[in-house]
Amino acid sequence: MPIIDAVFQALMLGGLYCLFAAGLALVFGSMRIVNLAHGDFIVLAGFIALTVTWTVPVHPLLSLVVVVPIMATLGYALQRFILNRVVGADPMAALLITFGISIILQNVLLQIFSGDTRKLQAGVLETASVAFGDSAIGLYPIVVFVVAVTVIAALQYLFYNTEIGRVLRATSDDSQTVRLMGVNQNHIYAVASAIAFVVIGIAGVLMAIRTNFDPTQGPARLLTAFEVVIIGGLGSFWGALVGGIMLGLAQTIGARIDPGIQMLAGHVVFLAVLLLRPNGLFPMVTHS
Amino acid sequence: MGSLLSVNSLNSHYGAFQALFDMSLHVEPGECVALVGSNGAGKSTLLKSIAGLIATSPDAIRFSGQPIGGFPAEKIVKLGLALVPEGRKLFPSLTVEENLLMGAKAGRRGAWTLPRIYEVFPNIAERKNNLSTALSGGQQQMVAIGRALMSNPQLLLCDEISLGLAPVVVRELYQRLTAIRSEGVAMVIVEQDITQAMRVADRLYCLRSGRVALEGRPAELSRHAITEAYFGLEAAHAHH
Repeated sequence: MPIIDAVFQALMLGGLYCLFAAGLALVFGSMRIVNLAHGDFIVLAGFIALTVTWTVPVHPLLSLVVVVPIMATLGYALQRFILNRVVGADPMAALLITFGISIILQNVLLQIFSGDTRKLQAGVLETASVAFGDSAIGLYPIVVFVVAVTVIAALQYLFYNTEIGRVLRATSDDSQTVRLMGVNQNHIYAVASAIAFVVIGIAGVLMAIRTNFDPTQGPARLLTAFEVVIIGGLGSFWGALVGGIMLGLAQTIGARIDPGIQMLAGHVVFLAVLLLRPNGLFPMVTHS
Repeated sequence: MGSLLSVNSLNSHYGAFQALFDMSLHVEPGECVALVGSNGAGKSTLLKSIAGLIATSPDAIRFSGQPIGGFPAEKIVKLGLALVPEGRKLFPSLTVEENLLMGAKAGRRGAWTLPRIYEVFPNIAERKNNLSTALSGGQQQMVAIGRALMSNPQLLLCDEISLGLAPVVVRELYQRLTAIRSEGVAMVIVEQDITQAMRVADRLYCLRSGRVALEGRPAELSRHAITEAYFGLEAAHAHH
């Protein structure tokens, strides 16, 4: 049944897109910083996973054990030592810094890994499928989607049901007043960034198993993440999942009509949402 | 034993603008001190300087004998000095209870816990799961005071808690403050209403243009003397 195939294809794409976007939404939502190097960090995570599997012949999913702590540390340090200097200032400063980091990352990756396209080999996981009625659904798409839902549920829980989540929300509300509560806002911003980079690490590894990648693909990932965030809105992490699925659905349906318009269909849906609901499907509640 | 808080020759600046000049004052343990003065006299600047939101020289402010001038705000609250900021500054995306729990982040144990706060302010207990923005102004002020108390301070700084509130609400707030004082918490209260300030305070400082213009016990100060200090001599004479 082609419809079911298309839907599952869309869910898998959507899950991956959602993981691309969640970190971007988290950083923008809590610090009002747009990280233009976001996509390059996703690609970087893919290369770190590649290096791990070259060094130790383990399954690429197992490389997450190394990738996630490295990315979290990187996220913490990036925020604590660089971006905290420009939080709350003119947004242009953060844009310029992260744009610079994006260029540096791409060139460093080119130096080290060359421009060859790479891919993580996940063996049987990539080819295995599950029978579903008349059709067979790939196991890997299901894994990606389940991971995406789990990550979003975990972020939602972390932000709304734990102490660190409460402090993160308070800091994003009023970074001066939290200091009167004994909270060091520089540390809290860095923790938010570290959490975002954990998601970036997961997204990078899952992407690198699914598709070919090379050092120049960061900006395209960033564009996807932007579109998902705009469609989903900043009010809830579930917005990233819904936004991701909508974009995935549009691209899949577009590809069925004509493979040449796959990306275009996604952009059209993005533009439609931007026109009709500029704050996204789950808008952030403003408290003024 | 020395003063709980002593401010010695404090000069505070907002950028290039100097807001406080050579200011000195002290607060004894358990004492309630009121700061009065017109807008721009330096009352809020003084509280922000004490709380660490405005940089000062190290020796200008001592708390329990320890020099705390120049400490960041997040360190000062952990020493037992809490500020209820002007305009309440509740966290709008947090519920009432979450706001109160933020106060406990200072990590100081003591008598003030969630149940105790709800006991003193029963009307916010009923609304603990509401967003703080859904509350009335008076209730929001109670949450702001409760949040500061959750850090179990030795000294509570209250900046204009009656601002924009109906007289009946202000009276209620000050009744609660009296109950809180009986627990041994010292207080510095910034208050526009001189009558209110004279009623609750053990001692009163009148600030004008960033300087202490008058200091004394309410019983020893005449309204006329305060008015003179409040507006400056020339202005007081112009009224006659």
